[in-house]
Amino acid sequence: MSSQSIPELTLVADAVADGLALVAGASSRDDLRTVVAGLTGKKGALATIKASLGKVADVEARKSLGQAVNDAIGQIENAAADRERSLRSAELSERIENERVDLTELAMSQRASRRRGRLHLVTQATERLEDVFIGLGFQVAEGPEVETDFYNFEALNMPPSHPARSMWDTLFVESDVPGSVVLRTHTSPVQIRVMQEWPPPIYAVMPGRVFRKETPDATHMPVFHQIEGLVIDRGITFADLAGTIESFTKAFFGSQFTSRLRPSYFPFTEPSAEFDIRRPDGSWIELGGCGMVHPHVIRAGGLDPAEWSGFAFGFGIDRMAKERHGVEDLRDMYSDDIRFTEQFS
Amino acid sequence: MKILLSILREMADLPEDPHVVAEALNSLGLAVETMDIVGEPVAGVVSARITRMEKHPDAAKVTRCWVDAGDGQERHVWCGATNMSVGDIVPLATLGTTMPNGMQIARRGILGIDSEGMLCSEVELGISDESSGLLILPAGSELGVSPFGILGIEHDVVFDLDLTRNRADCWGHLGVARDLAAHFGTELRGPDADVSPVGPARSLPVEIAAGEHCGMFSVSVVSGVTVGPSPRWVSERLLHLGMRSINNVVDASNLVMLETNQPNHAYDADVVSAFLVRLAADGETLTTLDGQERSLHGEDLLICDATRGTGVGLAGVMGDLHSEITDSTTTLALESAWFSPDPIRFAAQRHGLRTEASIRFERGTDPQAWELAARRFVRILRHTCPSATLHEGATVVRTPECPVERQISVSVSRIAEVLGVVVPADRVVSILSAIGFDPQLAGDVVSCRVPTWRPDCLDDVDIIEEVARHFGYDNIGKTVPKSAVHGRLSNVQRRRRVLRQVLVGLGLDEAMPSPFLATGDLVSVGLTEDDVLHIANPLVADESVLRTSLRPGLLKALRYNQSHRAPRIGLWEIGHVYPRSSEQLPDETEQLAIVVAGGDAETALEHWNAICDALSVGAQLDQSRVPAGLHSTRSATLARGKQVVGVLGEVSPVVLEDLGIEGRVSILELNLTALLREEPKPTVARDINRFPSSDIDLAFVLADDVPAANLLRALKQAAGKRLVSAQLFDVYRGPGVPGGSRSLAFRLRLQEAGGTLTDAVIAEVQSECIRAGEKAGASIRA
Repeated sequence: MSSQSIPELTLVADAVADGLALVAGASSRDDLRTVVAGLTGKKGALATIKASLGKVADVEARKSLGQAVNDAIGQIENAAADRERSLRSAELSERIENERVDLTELAMSQRASRRRGRLHLVTQATERLEDVFIGLGFQVAEGPEVETDFYNFEALNMPPSHPARSMWDTLFVESDVPGSVVLRTHTSPVQIRVMQEWPPPIYAVMPGRVFRKETPDATHMPVFHQIEGLVIDRGITFADLAGTIESFTKAFFGSQFTSRLRPSYFPFTEPSAEFDIRRPDGSWIELGGCGMVHPHVIRAGGLDPAEWSGFAFGFGIDRMAKERHGVEDLRDMYSDDIRFTEQFS
Repeated sequence: MKILLSILREMADLPEDPHVVAEALNSLGLAVETMDIVGEPVAGVVSARITRMEKHPDAAKVTRCWVDAGDGQERHVWCGATNMSVGDIVPLATLGTTMPNGMQIARRGILGIDSEGMLCSEVELGISDESSGLLILPAGSELGVSPFGILGIEHDVVFDLDLTRNRADCWGHLGVARDLAAHFGTELRGPDADVSPVGPARSLPVEIAAGEHCGMFSVSVVSGVTVGPSPRWVSERLLHLGMRSINNVVDASNLVMLETNQPNHAYDADVVSAFLVRLAADGETLTTLDGQERSLHGEDLLICDATRGTGVGLAGVMGDLHSEITDSTTTLALESAWFSPDPIRFAAQRHGLRTEASIRFERGTDPQAWELAARRFVRILRHTCPSATLHEGATVVRTPECPVERQISVSVSRIAEVLGVVVPADRVVSILSAIGFDPQLAGDVVSCRVPTWRPDCLDDVDIIEEVARHFGYDNIGKTVPKSAVHGRLSNVQRRRRVLRQVLVGLGLDEAMPSPFLATGDLVSVGLTEDDVLHIANPLVADESVLRTSLRPGLLKALRYNQSHRAPRIGLWEIGHVYPRSSEQLPDETEQLAIVVAGGDAETALEHWNAICDALSVGAQLDQSRVPAGLHSTRSATLARGKQVVGVLGEVSPVVLEDLGIEGRVSILELNLTALLREEPKPTVARDINRFPSSDIDLAFVLADDVPAANLLRALKQAAGKRLVSAQLFDVYRGPGVPGGSRSLAFRLRLQEAGGTLTDAVIAEVQSECIRAGEKAGASIRA
């Protein structure tokens, strides 16, 4: 029996034609979903035909009709899927087009252009120095900024009225015993505190704020920063000091830089030295002071100089920051002017 | 300290090249600050005689001169000076000469008439700092030769040394020469002090009545003296060394001090013939050589004319004006003493009078140098007074204060232990011998007799430093100690760094204002000055208060940036504050403060929240305790029970108006000494609850003066263990909500630990929460 002989087939064909037209005419994906539900759902024309299959007596005809209805649903579903794809693509294209922004304009917005804050140049330099010394096996120690005469002078081999005290222009803090409390003139008092508090061996650097009675100018501030290094161990030698300064020089400045020590004088070290850094171009930077910790100082720190020896070194942090960034005037560094600060990310 | 190469060369043989000498000085720890070449003849400048002079009618300020430079050629030169006359011999800078200041002498014209050179002053020739016209050379001087040769001006090098506090001996050329001779391995001759023949014994009486201040006092008699000008080389050397020429006697005295480091003073022996050294009486007066009448202190040491009992010199500092030698002086009483350093330093400070003598005495002079100084004095004087005679029998009085040679021993192995390099025993001995330490080697031990010119050498380490200096720091080598210590930051330091990163992540800039405040600064930001400490000797009066808060400094910085119209001002500082305590030292703590221009209380909360999250810390917001100086209705204290860890909110409008700051300013202040020290324990992992969650939204009306936190606490308690989170998602004031209160809408997310929530449970939690809210003073919004 040919298909033409089954009248319901015409109904199926009509339903397919109508359905495809409706699918093609769907204006949105929501619309399409409704149309497809209508065509292939329980109440759609095809479902009605399918429901009437039982009335077709001829087995073959029933089979062909069933097949036709299934094909028809498949056809509509395929068409709907195609339509869905094209509608989706059109809708998203439209949305994307409508959402156009000028990123160069957005980049100027307050939110997008909000920069990260800045660390003070001294903090940046301090952290860099600490990191280098940590890499060389040092720990970091801190101490109070207001100090007793004992820690700032006496324990550092400068008994009362020692002439070398005049090497530092000292700011004194009012106290019951005048002159007994000072704003520390160097970070060296931390050496004594560390020796008293930490069990040896000690490998420590001590960065911090120091004070001098000095009128501010391009290269001096009454409040500035130093970093001090202290090594206390058994059998520490002057050659160890020279080698440590050299290691620091290469680690901090770069492998092309070298260091040298020159004889000098500090009451708390003996032998004492200044250390200079040689730039690759052959010029020198006079960096700081150093030396073997004086036996009197080791004793003041509560250790026995017959058992423990060591070296100490110290230099200014502000100058490192100044040189690194080409700051002409130290006062700019302490102006807290955002126009200055914001340059240094 | 200025040092002349010519004097060093008289004392020791040194390399030709001054740069080599400078390098040696640096390597010895005698740092060369500057090296100036002086008295270098200016090539092209010759002596010339003025043959005629003429004024030009159109040039009032200059004179036409014709000069003869001995080459048979008359040159015409315009000259602006007025101190010359025809027949004078003057320096002529010929065409093509480059002057010391760099000027090129070229044919230049005035009124169309060329000048064939320039007549020179001492300043123009670089041999003096001032002059009042042309340099007039001695009559009869040869023409066409260098005026430098005519004047006997030495070509010399001035080293300006930055001497360290320990090298008292190098305040004299002899100390520097000794180090250099040792360095170059040459003989130390010392200054020429040959005064033979000496005169018969003449002694003047000396009494020391203040033996603890004066360790040694010597008086030598010098006869055959005629007071007059010094030879040019003497005044020249003094000038290079920073002193003025006075007369041959004073100049010899000064030059000897500069050479030997022994201050000395020449009195007229016919006026002062007996000496007494005593402490001054309080209020006793003395007119020092600078013309100042000084009221003396009971601690001042006075050199007196023993006959009259009156002062003739403030010991170790400056002589008496009325006891100066005169033109008629023929016999000198030359005094050289050793004074205790500290009293001289205090006297110089008391009288504001640091002199060449006091500088040397306060560092420590050599009590044995007096004899060399006396002989050298006479030797110099003989250049102008050939008959000057030093008499035998000088009086020398010593007291127990007089330093003696110290015996110090050090072993060769100890030197190696300290330096990390083996310096052979014979090398140690030769080094110490060359600098006068008289070393004796016995086995491994070197015993030294430390010379009295080295008061700084007290311990074996000082001897080791001397060995190291002359062995050469560069020859010691570089090793690195084997550390058993691991490099790291402490917990506090690590957390401080995290905090810094949080702060810059919030877009805030670090500031570093001065920790010194003016009186009133703290009060102007609403804080008290009850617990401040003052600097006893501030640089300026308005930097005399040690801060007890970071707030004044940060607000000042904020205002500064606002006045420069900075678009975005958010500043922070981590720094110390120093409030007074009952102990010797202040109660120094580390603080954090953040201020943001245009920020409000919510900004401060945002900062606080970011910090809490990063550092795992927390505290209660207690708005019932209004922090001083903050906005009283928009600020809170951060408390943990009784402990206050900080404050936050907004700066009081009163403060802002007083400071002239515009807009709101948010503020957060924390005590970091407390917060950074906390080491949070590692969090233990919790299983994720994968059962579905349900939300309950509840809106309550709550009076404005009841903290929302109270309501939230009640809700959390009521929701119990099923509560996952409680989020305030809407705050509403307006129609539908009574005035003076607001609607707070919370979303409570619930989850059952072991299964899916049932509707019954959700309903039960909801009614519990409503009841709890109402108990907390809120009413559920319909």
